[in-house]
This record gives sequence, C-alpha cells and structure tokens, in this order.
Amino acid sequence: MKPFKQLFMLFCLTALVMSCNDDDDNPPEPVNEEEVITTLTATLTPDGGGAEIELTTRDLDGDGPNPPVVTVSGPLAANSTYNGVLKVENETEDPAEDITEEVKEEAEEHQFLFVIDSALNLTIDYTDQESDYAPNTGTNPVGVTFTVTTTDAGSGTLQILLRHEPKKPNDGTPADAGGETDIEATFNIAVN
Amino acid sequence: MLFIACSAPLYAQDCNTQLTGEVLDFHDKTPLEGAQVYIPKLQKTVITNSKGKFTFKNLCDGIYELEVSHFECTTRFLKVEVFGNTFKRITLEHHIEELDEVSVTGRKVRTTNSAQEQTITNGQLERYSSATLGDALKQVSGVSSLNTGATIVKPVIQGLNGSRVLVLNNGVRMQDMEWGDEHAPNVDINSAGKVTVVKGASALRYGGDAIGGVIVLEPLKTLAIDSLYGKTILSGSTNGRGGGITSELVKTYKSGWFLKGQGSFKRFGDLEAPDYVLSNTGVKEGAFSVSAGKRSFYEGWDAMYSFFNTEIGVLAASHIGNVDDLITAINSDEPLIIRDFTYDIGRPQQEVTHHLGRARYYKRFEGFGKLTLQYDFQRNERFEFDVNRRNNDNSAAIDLELTTHTAQADFVIDANSDYKIETGILYRYQDNFADPSTGVRRLIPDYTKNDAAIYLTGKYLLNDAIVIDAGFRYDYSKIDALKFYRNSRWIERGYQADFGDRIVEQLNTQLLVNPVFDFSNISATAGLKYNFNSGTEFLFNYALAQRAPNPAELFSDGLHHSAARIELGDLRIGKETSNKISLSLLHDYEHWGWEVSPYANFIADFILLEPTSTEFTIRGAFPVWEYRQTDARLLGVDASAYVNWSKHWKTNHQFSLVKGRDVGTDIPLINIPAANTKNRITYTHHDWHNLTLGLESQYVFRQNETPDDIDVFSPVTNENVLLAINTAPDAYHLLHFDAEIAFAMNNESNLKVRLAVNNLLDTNYRDYLNRQRYFADDLGRNISLQLKINY
Repeated sequence: MKPFKQLFMLFCLTALVMSCNDDDDNPPEPVNEEEVITTLTATLTPDGGGAEIELTTRDLDGDGPNPPVVTVSGPLAANSTYNGVLKVENETEDPAEDITEEVKEEAEEHQFLFVIDSALNLTIDYTDQESDYAPNTGTNPVGVTFTVTTTDAGSGTLQILLRHEPKKPNDGTPADAGGETDIEATFNIAVN
Repeated sequence: MLFIACSAPLYAQDCNTQLTGEVLDFHDKTPLEGAQVYIPKLQKTVITNSKGKFTFKNLCDGIYELEVSHFECTTRFLKVEVFGNTFKRITLEHHIEELDEVSVTGRKVRTTNSAQEQTITNGQLERYSSATLGDALKQVSGVSSLNTGATIVKPVIQGLNGSRVLVLNNGVRMQDMEWGDEHAPNVDINSAGKVTVVKGASALRYGGDAIGGVIVLEPLKTLAIDSLYGKTILSGSTNGRGGGITSELVKTYKSGWFLKGQGSFKRFGDLEAPDYVLSNTGVKEGAFSVSAGKRSFYEGWDAMYSFFNTEIGVLAASHIGNVDDLITAINSDEPLIIRDFTYDIGRPQQEVTHHLGRARYYKRFEGFGKLTLQYDFQRNERFEFDVNRRNNDNSAAIDLELTTHTAQADFVIDANSDYKIETGILYRYQDNFADPSTGVRRLIPDYTKNDAAIYLTGKYLLNDAIVIDAGFRYDYSKIDALKFYRNSRWIERGYQADFGDRIVEQLNTQLLVNPVFDFSNISATAGLKYNFNSGTEFLFNYALAQRAPNPAELFSDGLHHSAARIELGDLRIGKETSNKISLSLLHDYEHWGWEVSPYANFIADFILLEPTSTEFTIRGAFPVWEYRQTDARLLGVDASAYVNWSKHWKTNHQFSLVKGRDVGTDIPLINIPAANTKNRITYTHHDWHNLTLGLESQYVFRQNETPDDIDVFSPVTNENVLLAINTAPDAYHLLHFDAEIAFAMNNESNLKVRLAVNNLLDTNYRDYLNRQRYFADDLGRNISLQLKINY
C-alpha cells in the first residue's frame, strides 16, 4: 500500500499549498493614475487689457470612450496681440494636479507646438525658453508662454500639441519635431 | 493467474534455461546495438551486441516480463514464455534519431496516432541555441510566427496562435500569459531535447482547447547506467553583436538515479536591418534548470525546477503617441528613431520571469498499466516599461504576477499490445495579481481561476495495417475577476443591463465589478492510421475542441502605448468551438519521400481582435482594436518532400498555404500567415569530418487576403484618411547558408563547428506577421559562429 500512501500525501500537500494561496479575499485597490492629463487650458490676455479668452480641452475619462470636450470662450479681435499661458492639469484628482509644473521641470524634454490653419490670420511666437525653468539650461522654446498676433478677420482651426522628447531645436512643425504626443487639441477659432 | 505463472519456476527442477534473442528496428529490421533488456523480476540487465543479440543464462522456466529500451526508441514491455532454451525476436519502434539530421523527418514516433505532427530533433534545436523557440519551430511546415520585432516570437500553427497553441514544457502546460500578441513563450530552447508539434487538438491528454495545436518540449531521456556527460554550446552573431552560452551536465547511475543541471545565458545589443540600426532591440536572457530523480521499471520519481528571465527591448520607433504619429510612421520609409548601436536596453521594454517547479511519481502495476501523479507550480512575473513623463523612476506600466498550481493523475493501460488506453484527471488553480502601484490602469484585472478536467483516449490495433484512435475530454473552468471599469466605458459597452448586478462598489469615476464566468467544454477526437502494403501511410483525424475565452478577450480595456491602440475585450464573449479534419498522405521511398497534409478547420464563434474605429482622447485619436466573435474557416495544406540525389547531395522542399475566412461577414481573417516555400540543398561528406554545407531559399508570398484598412480622422490634416493598418507588405525572398564540421577530440569528446549566414544577400523585407512592420525593416544579414563540445 506504500504507493497509495505516497499518492495520498502528494494530494494532501497540493491541497495545502493551494489553500495557502487565498489572497484574493481583499478587494483590489483602485489604481491612482499618475500619468493622466485631463485638461489643457490656454488663457489669452489682450495686450492692452480687456476680457481674457480661454481655450479649453477637457477629457475627464482619460483613455475612456468619451471624446474630450473642447470649448472656446469667444472670438479674438483682429489686429491685436494676446499674451498666452498654457496650463496642463489632471482633474481626476481633487484638488486638480497642476502638471504644468512637471512640464516646466522637464522643459528640455517637452515642447508645445502650434499648428495654425492658413485661413486663420494669426501668428504665434514663443516667449519662453528652457532656461526659464530651473534646473534647465537650454535656450530652445518650450511654449508655456507665448504671444498671439492677429491681423485680418478670418476663421479656422488652431492646434496645440504637447510633445514629449521632440527633436530640439526644430522648425516648430509636428513633423519635424517628432517625439510622442502627450496632448493634441484642436480649437475652432474666429478672428473678428 | 500471473502470480501462478510466475511462481511456476519454483517447482521447476533446474534453472539452466537460456533466453536469447535479437532486438531489431521495427521498420527496417536493422539490429539495434546497445539496447537494454531488463528483467525486473530478477533485476537483471543485458545489453545487445553489435548484431542486436542478447543472452540471459541460467533462467528458470516461466513467464517473464521484459523491459526493452534503446535510447533512440520507445521503451517496450513484453511477456516472454520461457520453457526450455528460447529465442525471441523483439522489434522496437525507432524514435526520432536524437542525433544530427539535416531534414525534419520525424515521422516515426508519434504523440498522437493520427493527427498531423512533426518533431524537431536535438541536433536541429541546437542550431537555435541563441535564438528563440519560435524561430526553431518555423522549420516545421505549417508553423510560422507572430513577431514583435525579432526577439518576441510567438508560434503560429496552421494560422492560429496565442491561447490556441499550448506549450507543454517537460510535462507542464505553460501558464505564461500567452494571451498577448507581444507575449512569447517563456521557455529556454536549450532545456529541450526534442520538440514535437501536434497540429490540432488531438493530443487530448494535454488539453482540450488546443484549437491551433500543441508544442511538446521534452528533455532527452537518461539511461540507467553509470555515466557522466554533458555539452557546451558557444555562439556569437554579427547582427546584434552578441551571443550565447549554454551548458548541460548529466550524471546517471545504474541504480536509476540521475541528476541533471543546465544553464543558458545570452546577450544581444541592438539588431540591425540592412540599412539602419533597429534601436532598442537588445535582449538579455538567462535560464537554468535542475532535476533529479530515480527511475526504474516499476516505480520512479523525479523533481525539477527551472528559472527563466528575459529582458527585451522593444523597437524605440514603435512607441508612438496617437493615430497621426502612426500615420507618419507608416508613411516613413525608415523608423523615426535611429540611434547608434548600443547594448543598453531602454524603454519601452519587457522583463519577464518564469519559475516552474514539478514533482512527478509513477508506479507500474504488473500486467495492467502505469499510474503517474504530478504536481506543478508556476509563477510568471511580467513587467512592461513604457516611455513616460516619469522616465527616471523605475515603475512599470504593467506589473502582473500569475501563479498556477496544477495536480494531475494519469493512468496508461498498455499491457496488451493491441490497445492502449490513457485516462486522467486534473485540477488547476490560478491567481492573477495586477499591482496597482504602477499608476497605470490595469490592462488585465485581478482574477482567480479554477480548472478541472477528465479525459479518456484509446488506440486500437485493428490489424497489421490499421490503427484507430478515439478520445474524449471534459474541461470545466471558472473565472472570478475583480475589475475596475470607468463609468464611461461601462456605459459605452452597455454592460449595465447584463452585468449591473455584479457591481461591488461605485467609486467616483469608476466601478468595481465582480464578473464570474464558468465554462463547460467538451473535446473529442477520432482517427485512423492506415499503412498501405506499398509503404504509403495515410492518416485521417477529426478533432472537436472548445476553448473558453482568455482574460484578455474578456477583460482587456485600455491603451497599449507600444502599439498605439486601445484594446477592448467583451464580457459577453463566450467559448469558441472548432471542428477540424486533417489528412496526411506520406511515403518514404529508398531515395526520396513526400508528405501532403491538407486540413480544414471550422471554428464557430471564433474570437478575433481587429481594428474597428478610433476613439478620441486628449492625446489625440487612437485606433480601437476590439475582440469579437464570428464563424471562421481555415483551409490549408502543408507539403514537404526530400530527395537524396546521391551519397553527398540532398534536397528538401516545403510548402505551406492557409486561407482564413470570416464566414459571418465574408471577409479575410486578420493575421493569417502568407503562403511560403522553403527549398534547401545540402552537401554532406562523412569522410571529411562530417562536413555539411547547406543553402536554403525561403520565399514568402504577399498576403493578399487581409481585412480592409480603416478610415480614421487625422486631426493634423483635419480630414479622414485611410490608415494602412491591414495592408500586407510585399513578398520577399531570402537566402541562408550554413556549414558544419565535426572533430573528435578524444574518445569521449567531440567538437562541432558551425557557421551560418542568415539573409545572405542582406535583403530588405518586412513580414505581414511582424507587428513592427509599420515601423522598420526586418533583420539584415547575420553571420553566426557556433562551437559545440560534447563530453
């Protein structure tokens, strides 16, 4: 009967090992998403004072099925200059996490790019460089701050992209910059 | 009765009887030298001489059970009546020669009776010692691979891969997250002595869900003699500027004890296409295994442990942001990131560790059969590191730990030479843990899974020409998961109506859900093998198989950065059912041979993953790949032939074709390998140190049958563009050269040197079944040198 005894012991051992493994009684913890960007806000302040214009894209479900909600608070005025500031946030946290700080810290690895529809009569110029944000020392633009200069009336799309690890320096186009897209937002803008 | 018969010698007057005999090869009747003939009852062993003859002296009259074994053959047990001096002729079924062979013949010893199968011998495996299992398997006709680059190689059998292909490593069914397209089997090819590919679900004892097939890796058998032997293989390659070393040492004792240790290490830097470096495609892999045991005719046990660890770089250019980046990548002739060669493996990368432990015990019951009990433990740990904004920290984007325990009992009734019955039961427990500290939503949730199975298969020798077989298996599995769904995804999938009652907890933006599914699967097989008088062999096999959906098919929900795609599983996915008919006709003449193996596989509710649409996120648009079920049909044929033109010249020819169709919507199935043909010419000269020179031509046709490309909205161009995500690359032709020579160093050692040049002409090509075909060319020329020492 020896083999049967061994057999029996083997099964007992198996049962024991298996029963020790019941660590699934505790419900899993929700993942605290660290990499998520939900919101990009561009605030455009008229150079000579006046009402701010806000461009916002907000995607609260991240990679979920809902598309981002894009809002433009109003038209730009023709032949004007605006001072622009970009803000990147994770609004799934309360209070919202300001990811702009992180972009600034890693300014040499990031750049905002602007793609302007030809029907839209405006130009955008960078007003910052990497060395504005410690500990960076480079002189390439980052794009957290910029100016928008409008000429004649018109309407079209303005795209704002945040690229991670782009080629630097680049000619300001997404094709030349390369890298990985962290944000890609398209706004319908009117210049009146 | 047996007891009485065996006791009879007690009454015999004298014990001077001689039992003589000869051991011959079953097929060609050549004498087998070095076969062991063992009488367990007397614990006596003799070895056959060069003419295959053996003699037992001073036996008492009676009936004896003999165990006849030979290292190239299947061990045979038979009863011999010895009354007076007796002569017995014993034939053994010849194993695949575990020596070096140029061609894959592998027709002699079979895992199943009537299914299409093929074996790769040890000598052939050794050539791939610094490559992957998937690379080695591709020399079997009908086997191709789904690649992510050149280092993640997933075997595809007759058009099917992933969970439909089981990998049996040393008697243990691998549980290594085979559900992902970029998850290759976690086995060290150097730990296997031979590999058998069963093309279909007919090997029921291994599992009922092998709709694609089963890959059986087995170690070489050890003999019960006092011996110490081993081998070391060193190899180096120009492409990747790296190499590997593997070493094995075996100690065997006459008493049946054995000890075995084996270890491998390989390291490659960035691989190179003909025109550029494939940045971040290095690999570092280490593995070892140890085993020990004691085997005898009646009883035996063994225990083994193996460890496997690999770090694989994923092509830097394949990491892209969104659909526009993908369009840019597809339209670019060169990868968008080309850096200088380096050995460093950066992000994106995978790091996978697999532990496997197994204990086995067997006992033979005289005149009846053999019982085998086995317990195995596996732990698979997978980390996937992504390029992210927090590059500098060490956290992985995917951190999964899959733990599996399996206990099984198998019984073989083989006492009667006319039939053989195998039966067994199995219980398996599996636990998956996804570490939440990654800061990235889980792609695969936490789950536990319980499996139980029972099977019965039989083989019956109807007459000299016909062997029939049949089998049945029942599998029960239950999967119990805890998964977080985003509220928006839960609504988009329309889960509330079907699974609303499974919600455990409602959080701010997500739900914790407890889906529980159970599946009862039936599989069955029947077939026959017919040997015509002319020598032609005919095989017919029918297999019914059912497969429960895997965790990826049910639960996938998220963005795969490395593929820039959102993968969506579906909780409503049910099991798939395959009905496969396969035929083989083969003949070996004196100087040539051929085999033709057509098959038809009809799969109801086939689960597939294909691009369907795009979803917008703040990062832009991403193609959505969704799992869906449909009825599918795979029709194909594998054909091979060889000709020995003269003593020195030989050619081998192989052709495979498979057509996959989604019958439900009448479109081609995705990821079906293109037709391909391989032709090889070999020159051998035994007198010149076994010199072998070979030139192989590999032609892969263009896959013209693919699903349509999808229309996606490109925010950069502000319009819909056609994304060439399903378009197959052009046909290609590659030439490979190899040369091999062997030297005897002394009586016990020999050295074999092998030089191989893959992609001799440095041809630029891309393969349809390489997921990185959008981004970069495949490998350029590779010159490798291999030294093998046997001792």
